[in-house]
Amino acid sequence: MSGTAALETRGLHKNFGALQVARGIDFRLERGARCALIGPNGAGKTSFVNLLTGALRPSAGSVLLHGEEVTRLSQSERARRGIARTFQINQLFRGLTVLDNVCLAVGERTGACNNLWRAAGARRETADEAVALLEALRLQEDALRPVSELAYGRQRLVEIAIALGQRPKVLLLDEPAAGVPSAESHIILDVIESLPQDIAVLIIEHDMDVVFRFARSITVLVAGAVLMQGTPQEVAADERVRTLYLGEQAHG
Amino acid sequence: MARSERASGAAAAEFLLKRHTLRPAEALPWLIGIGAYFAFPDYMALGTQILIGVMFALSLDLVLGYAGIVTLGHAAFFGTGAYAAALLAARLGWSEPLSGLAFAGVCAALAGFVSGWVLLRYRGLTLLMLTLATAIMLYELGNARADITGGYDGVTGITIKPLFGRFDYDLYGHTYYLYALAVLFVLFVVARRIVYSPFGQALVGIRENLRRMEAIGSPVHRRLVAIYTIAAAMAGVAGGLYAQSNAFVTLSALGFERSASVLVMLILGGTGRLYGAFLGAAIYMLLEDSLAKLSPEFWEFGVGLVLVLTVLFARGGLLGLLERAARRARGLWR
Repeated sequence: MSGTAALETRGLHKNFGALQVARGIDFRLERGARCALIGPNGAGKTSFVNLLTGALRPSAGSVLLHGEEVTRLSQSERARRGIARTFQINQLFRGLTVLDNVCLAVGERTGACNNLWRAAGARRETADEAVALLEALRLQEDALRPVSELAYGRQRLVEIAIALGQRPKVLLLDEPAAGVPSAESHIILDVIESLPQDIAVLIIEHDMDVVFRFARSITVLVAGAVLMQGTPQEVAADERVRTLYLGEQAHG
Repeated sequence: MARSERASGAAAAEFLLKRHTLRPAEALPWLIGIGAYFAFPDYMALGTQILIGVMFALSLDLVLGYAGIVTLGHAAFFGTGAYAAALLAARLGWSEPLSGLAFAGVCAALAGFVSGWVLLRYRGLTLLMLTLATAIMLYELGNARADITGGYDGVTGITIKPLFGRFDYDLYGHTYYLYALAVLFVLFVVARRIVYSPFGQALVGIRENLRRMEAIGSPVHRRLVAIYTIAAAMAGVAGGLYAQSNAFVTLSALGFERSASVLVMLILGGTGRLYGAFLGAAIYMLLEDSLAKLSPEFWEFGVGLVLVLTVLFARGGLLGLLERAARRARGLWR
């Protein structure tokens, strides 16, 4: 573990009044990592993602992106520097077509959206890139349909497509397959597995099959603190994790 | 049912490239505008006021309909433009009309930029109240500085030179009507280009999901301030034209009622579709004119009734209703 990590936190604290959602989290996400973040409900997983993206400001501690301090930067500034995320509950542009959804991500990344005079279509690159992305996720058939008309599983794919339109260096996936019928969830998992190798991926997931299939390292978060970090085998073998989390899963 | 919008990726991209091309129906408002000039020569004063209303509603559409900024203070910019044009002509003696309008637009843009920079960090109800409060403060400022604004008596003695030094203004307002129609056309072209630009798409993105726009790295505040400033400039031009054509401005130009009525016009016509401003402003002002003749006290009741029916049964406004009817008719035709 040497050199600069893709994303790193040092002593990250966050309180909401008396409630501590992050208690001194030290975390490293290496370049090209495939890391899963697990933990019981209320462990602070989504809050941690919000701290990484800048949606939440930490009470103390710092966030580093490729070794550069970004703690004080806004969410959109961090996004422009390469952090993308998907949301546990869909955050889509519901009234817009699938293609427009992705075009927005591409256009904001390339700076095309700063142009207020030339017609959106006149920039072929944006449309072509968005279409290529939709084809990669097999969404091209729905390209011109409003997102709100799509089945939930397809909407989850659009959620990922938008994030990929940002061409992120770090991708944070918050329960990407949550709520998707298992018959469709394999499509989402295929997409996640075939993500470009240079992207560092952190996935929050409850489904242990997904976690063990996907992750090369696992971080266990309990009550806003890191309980342990290790390979899937190490985590699976850990007694505390078994009682705290995996055991709970077996009962639930 | 074969869905026509199911398409291959290449076809989808092609659609996107062509989306901004003009449709034949878009000539309609302009044909009506020119036709009215010949058909109703005695109603040019009302026609001019309608065109000004359309401009004002159009500027609100950019802000509310596209960017999703809810405001109850849009008259502040109309009023700023009106007073800028009026004071320039009446107090400073600069009576060339086009530069007067440009001055009105610049002053309003400045007001829009400064207030937008501060206010557009807030959303929803807070923003609604702040825009309202800002407009009221401006109104009271105008009231307090009656030495400049003329207070409740307004600014009088506005004389405007002939347009291009050639076309003088007749008693029936024919020149002003064509002048207003031309100005509206220019403003419309600008608005349409913005709406179909990538920037315009980003505004719609902000309206649809602000949170996601921030997550994908959009400089949301900067975008909102930009469109707010542009819309303020357009409202200012509308106000300037209002001052020039009436040769008279009072504080009502920036009062709450004007902010509210433009909102009603736009919702009536349909938000986020450009032409809603045309339909809404025209219907509102024609209703106002005809109902006020029928019953000077209760005309607002009629307008209120139409608004209630629109909001309840035609969420996309009257234009949305027409669009749906047209789609259904096309479906039957096939």
